[in-house]
Order: sequence, then C-alpha cells, then structure tokens
Amino acid sequence: MNKSVYSSPKNNDDINRHILTVLVDNEPGVLARVVGMFSGRGYNIDSLNVAEVNNNLLSRITIVTHSTNEVVNQIQSQLMRIVPVHSVTNLDKENSAVEAEVALIHMFLNDMNKKQAFQICDLYRARKIENENSYVIFEIAGTSERINKFIKDISNITNIEIVRSGPVAISTAKKNEEA
Amino acid sequence: MFNQITGAEIVLKSLLEQGVEVVFGYPGGAVLPIYDSLFKQNSIRHILVRQEGGAIHAAEGYARSSGKIGVVLVTSGPGATNVVTGLTDAMMDSVPIICITGQVPQHLIGSDAFQECDTTGITRPCTKHNYLVKDANKLSSVFHEAFEICSNGRPGPVLIDIPKDVQFAKGKYISKKEIKIPPHRLFEPKIKTNETNIDEATKLLANAKKPIFYVGGGCINSGPKACELVTKFIEETKTPATMTLMGLGVLAASNKFSLGMLGMHGMYEANMAMHDCDVMINIGARFDDRVTGRLDAFSPNSKKIHIDIDASNINKTIKIDIPIIGDIETVMKQLSNSWEKNNYNIDEKNLNEWWKKIEHWKKVDCLNYQQGKDIIKPQHAVKRLYELTKNKKTFITTEVGQHQMWAAQYYKFEEPNRWLTSGGLGTMGYGFPAAIGAQIANPDALVIDVAGDASILMNIQEMSTAVQHRLPVKIFILNNEYMGMVRQWQELLHGGRYSESYTESLPDFLKLAESFNAKGLRAKNLTELDPVIEEMIASDKTVIADIWVDKQENCFPMIQSGSAHNEMVLNKYQKQDQVSLEKGKTLV
Repeated sequence: MNKSVYSSPKNNDDINRHILTVLVDNEPGVLARVVGMFSGRGYNIDSLNVAEVNNNLLSRITIVTHSTNEVVNQIQSQLMRIVPVHSVTNLDKENSAVEAEVALIHMFLNDMNKKQAFQICDLYRARKIENENSYVIFEIAGTSERINKFIKDISNITNIEIVRSGPVAISTAKKNEEA
Repeated sequence: MFNQITGAEIVLKSLLEQGVEVVFGYPGGAVLPIYDSLFKQNSIRHILVRQEGGAIHAAEGYARSSGKIGVVLVTSGPGATNVVTGLTDAMMDSVPIICITGQVPQHLIGSDAFQECDTTGITRPCTKHNYLVKDANKLSSVFHEAFEICSNGRPGPVLIDIPKDVQFAKGKYISKKEIKIPPHRLFEPKIKTNETNIDEATKLLANAKKPIFYVGGGCINSGPKACELVTKFIEETKTPATMTLMGLGVLAASNKFSLGMLGMHGMYEANMAMHDCDVMINIGARFDDRVTGRLDAFSPNSKKIHIDIDASNINKTIKIDIPIIGDIETVMKQLSNSWEKNNYNIDEKNLNEWWKKIEHWKKVDCLNYQQGKDIIKPQHAVKRLYELTKNKKTFITTEVGQHQMWAAQYYKFEEPNRWLTSGGLGTMGYGFPAAIGAQIANPDALVIDVAGDASILMNIQEMSTAVQHRLPVKIFILNNEYMGMVRQWQELLHGGRYSESYTESLPDFLKLAESFNAKGLRAKNLTELDPVIEEMIASDKTVIADIWVDKQENCFPMIQSGSAHNEMVLNKYQKQDQVSLEKGKTLV
C-alpha cells in the first residue's frame, strides 16, 4: 500500500510496444534533446537508432518504447515541442509498417558443433561475413522476433557473442513527411 | 569584405533590432567583449544585479509586467549555473526570456578550463531551446530565431551560449527581415486546430446544468485582448469562473462571475464548484497538482473542455473530452462566433440553481479570520495593504510560502499582468528581483514585493541593485520568524515537530535597510500597521516594511496533498458544510 499522501493513479491500460520514427534537423545536441526528454520525464527507451537521411540536413531517430497508449501520445506531443523536430510518427498506429534490425553473431565453433550451427544459420538465412579457424561471424537481418528465435536456437549449440542494432522501421504507405 | 563587425557588436545590433531596451546582467571574463560593446552605446540600458539569479528573476518580472521579452546577460561557468533556477522558473511559468551566456574560447571547450561548464548541456531541459554559437556569421540569425522561438506559441526561456573567441571574431550582420525561420522550428505552425471541436464545445456548454470556467496563466500570456475576450464570454454565458494562481487578474476580482482562486489554498466555493460541476472549460491552465488535488477524485462527474496552445498539456494528467489547441485570443473569438451563430443560451433555471448552490458555499466565508486588538494577523496585513493601494497602479510580486498564498487570497487583482509570482517552480527569492524588473518596466507604478522573512533573505543582496538604480520598490515582509509554510505542514502532517523551520538570528530588517541606504519601517502591532503602510507608499525610496505578524497563523482553506476538492480544511472560525466535508475532517 502506498503510504504517500500523493495519489498514485492506477493504470489498467495495456502496455504495448511502439516504434516511433522522429525526423529531426541534423544539428549538434539534437539527440541529447530527444534522449534527455525521455529520461527527464521517465519514459522508457528499449532501443534507439540514429542516422542521417539521404541529405545531410536531416536525421531520422527510430525509438522503440513500451508504454500505454496514453503515455505514447504524451511522448509524441513532448517530442513535437523540441525545436529541431520535424515530425513524429507512431508506426504501430499505421498498421502497415515493416521493421528490421541487424545482428552480428560471433560464434566459437569446433568440429563437433560446426555442422549443426551452419544448418541453423542456413535455416534463418544468416550470412557468413568472417571465417577464421577458431571463430565465425554471421550477420542476420529481420524482425526482432526472428533474431530472438535465431539467438535462442544457436545458443543451444555454441557460445556466442551478439551485437544488435535495434530495429528501424518504415511505413509501407507512401506519405509526405514535412522535410 | 563589407559590413564586417565583431561578434559582440552583432549581439548588440541584434538586440537593438529586436527592440530590446533593458538587459539585466553581471559581467565576467567570458562576456567582456559584449560588455565592451555595451559600454560604447547608449540605446540599451544595463541593470547590474548583485547575483546572476537576481538578473533572471528581474528579467522575468520585467517580462511579465510589460508583455515584452526579458533579456539576461551573464558570464560562463558560475554565471551560467546561477541562472539555472530562473530558467527553470521561466520554463514552468512560460515567461519569454533570452539568456545570453559567455563561454570559454572554443579551443578550451572540453578541457575543464577556468569558469567552463557545459552550459547548453546543463540548461537543455530547462529552456525551450538553446544554442552554442560557433561562428560569428551565424550569430545574428541565431538571435533573430531565438527571439521568435522564445515568444512564439507557449513562451519560454531561450539560451544563447557564445564562446569568447566568437565575440571577438568578425562576421556579417544579417537583419531580421532577411532571415527565414523554417516553420517546423516554431510552435504555432505545428498546431493542428480542429474547427469541429469549437462547435462541439459550445454545444456542450449550452446544454450544461452546472458549468464552470477554470482560467489560467495562458490567458495572460495570450495578451490583454485575450483576457478581455475570456471575460466577455464568461459574462455572456453567465457562468461562474475560477482562476488559478497564475491566472489571477484575467477576470477582475470584483467581477460578479468570479469565484476567486481555486486549488490547494483556493476559495471554498471555487473548489466545491469544480468538484460538483458537469461541464468544465479550462482556458489556458494545465491541471497542476496544486489545483487538482487527488486525481481520481478530481471533478468526477464533469465533461472537460481544455483550451491550450501546447498540445502536450492535453490529457497529460486529466482526461479531456474536447481538446481545443490554439492561441486563446483566436479560440475565444471562434467560441464567441459559434455561441452567437447558434443562438445558444444555458437554461436559466438550471443556471440559477447552480448559482444558488454556489451562494450557499460562499456563506462559509472561507477567508474569515479573527483580528484581535494587538497582534497583527498576516491576512489582515495583506487586506490593509490592498485597501491602501487599490486606487494606485500597483504591481504585486511575491516570494513563495504562506505570504504568497495570503497575497493571492486577500489582494484583489482587477487587471492581468499586475500579479507576479513563482507558481510552477515555487522559487523562494523570486519576488524581490521580480519587483525590480517590474519597476524598471513601469517606472511610475507602485511595485510591492509581499515577502516572508525567510524568502526575502534568498535574494536580499539585490537591495544594492534597487538602491543603485533608485528604484522605489517596496518590500512588505510578513515576519513570523518561521518558514511559515514549512511550519504549517510540520504542524498538520508531521506531528508538530518543527524541524529546522524556525529562523534564528534573523537580521534587524530596519538596520539592514539603512545599511543599504534604503528606508526601513516596522509595525509590531495593529495600531502601527496602517501608518507603516502609508509611510511605505509615500516614500520615494526603496523600503523594507517589517510587519511582525502572528507566528502561529496557518493558511486556510487548504486541500491537503492527496485529498479531493470537496475535502477542504477550513480554519476554526468557519462553519463547515457538514455533508461535503466529513471525509475532509478525518484527514485533518
């Protein structure tokens, strides 16, 4: 029981995963503004991706967060208050969006497990990008879910080390973002 | 190359083109080139404060009392960190401020140089936007954009950090006209207004049985015209209206539709009406926790219309039925048009019933207090101050605490922009420098800082500023030798254990005033009160009036944190409304 005299409102809303894509001016400090807003107001970031878009004047930030619809709406309007932010889109609301992330997997293989590991990689269409005597590095791209599954399967066979990019996503509908 | 001037000169030229008349500041190593340019001109007046924190509160007072933009100029490192409180205060209360900070030369940035700090990093969350300018050629465009950003939409502070080498470097000045600000960088072009919501809102109001307007500081930011339109609409709909702490003055206190302030120390009738209403129209307020009290019991049976320029205020804490995003002046015109076009009227019978209920609550007389023959009651001191100053052009500023709430309760504001208080951040030490700024903006006005004995000591060094600039600012101290609001909470909520809330070794405020070459006055008992106030008003000097008030007095009515609007605690002189207050009593 909360003993504080301040009420802590109960929230029965479902917590969902949201992918926000934020188009910003490519200027110093813009990432800090976005990230600072999340930490300052107590919102979560599951993953974050930043890259320039086709001209170097703009950058796109892709943020994955878990929250209720109410909170994600608040996040969107708080993001819009940041001066260099052009637009914020919640891709989960667009229904038609595709997402992908990249993972690099470092595997320590020997004669015992090599064949089985390669079979799993084949199954998931992971691509071998480096092959030395004692280790192999694979690259896999796809939805986070698929990568999770791959990691689970391959971990049963060998020790691995993983680096993941976190997802980026794009709407399949054609639209005019304020650019 | 033509038209090459130094960065420091560009700064001055930009300020001039933006119509800046006054800058509040404090010099230091990293802003010396700008101070040198300042020295060489006569158009912009510089007000030297005694601590940078004073500069920014003075700029806030200047801005809020005049509707202009307040400008601050301070040095790097400690100069910059000292303005952080003021920036946050301006951010919370939406005050348009331009803060110029010096920075160490670019080649020293990141080296922990003398008086270096990451100013843009530190101030990022407490400004609307900030800049580190690395090229003198970009200075003028940054300044013109900064002025636009700071006043556009919901106003707020913007900081410009300028390394010393950029102040020395030569660059080209670009005038305001030649600069095109991309629309996405401004507030208002981002607003997506929804016209249909206007008609829905007026329809909802027209069919209300128990409507109420809840009016906030956003109206004042929107301008005097907006306040006028809000008043007109309230009068036309004959609907009761309550104001937030920041909104006092939007509707004249004497207006018969005004229920006064609401919230934690608001009027009984205002809070009860908010709780019981069926349609609430929030104009430029943001459902602050000091207003709402317990969220799940906040006005449980009402439909809520929320008019705000900042979309992030919609549904932030309270669920809104009809949001209207836009500038209040524009929205009020749209609402009035819609009201007239549809020939709307609220059912008179219902409205009369509602007013009858409100009159019943008014009978509680929640601001009642018993003034004895000797010891001055703080409420009485404010009441007398009001009576003796109400016919003058008076600006009231406050510090933070009991005196602030008493000033809000007992001083009646008839106009917007006359009441300057730190509402959002609750900054002790705000009132005195803010009064200095208000006096600079309104040289002929009577500016009074209603203060507490603890708060005033937080920026007492500005006495020197006030005297230097011959500002006849009045400091009206309700002296109870305690941090009164802390003491009150300790009495009510912490078993009367007055931990660290008594101020020992208070200065003798009379001698303090004299030492600054100002005037000191003191009222120890009731008979001395009026003469002291009169002498204070009549003086053309900076005055400290030390009013000794009842040390045990508490500020009522009060909604304790975690309680609902209908659970107010009244003081012992008032008869409480039995039905509504049973729950409230158990919380006392």
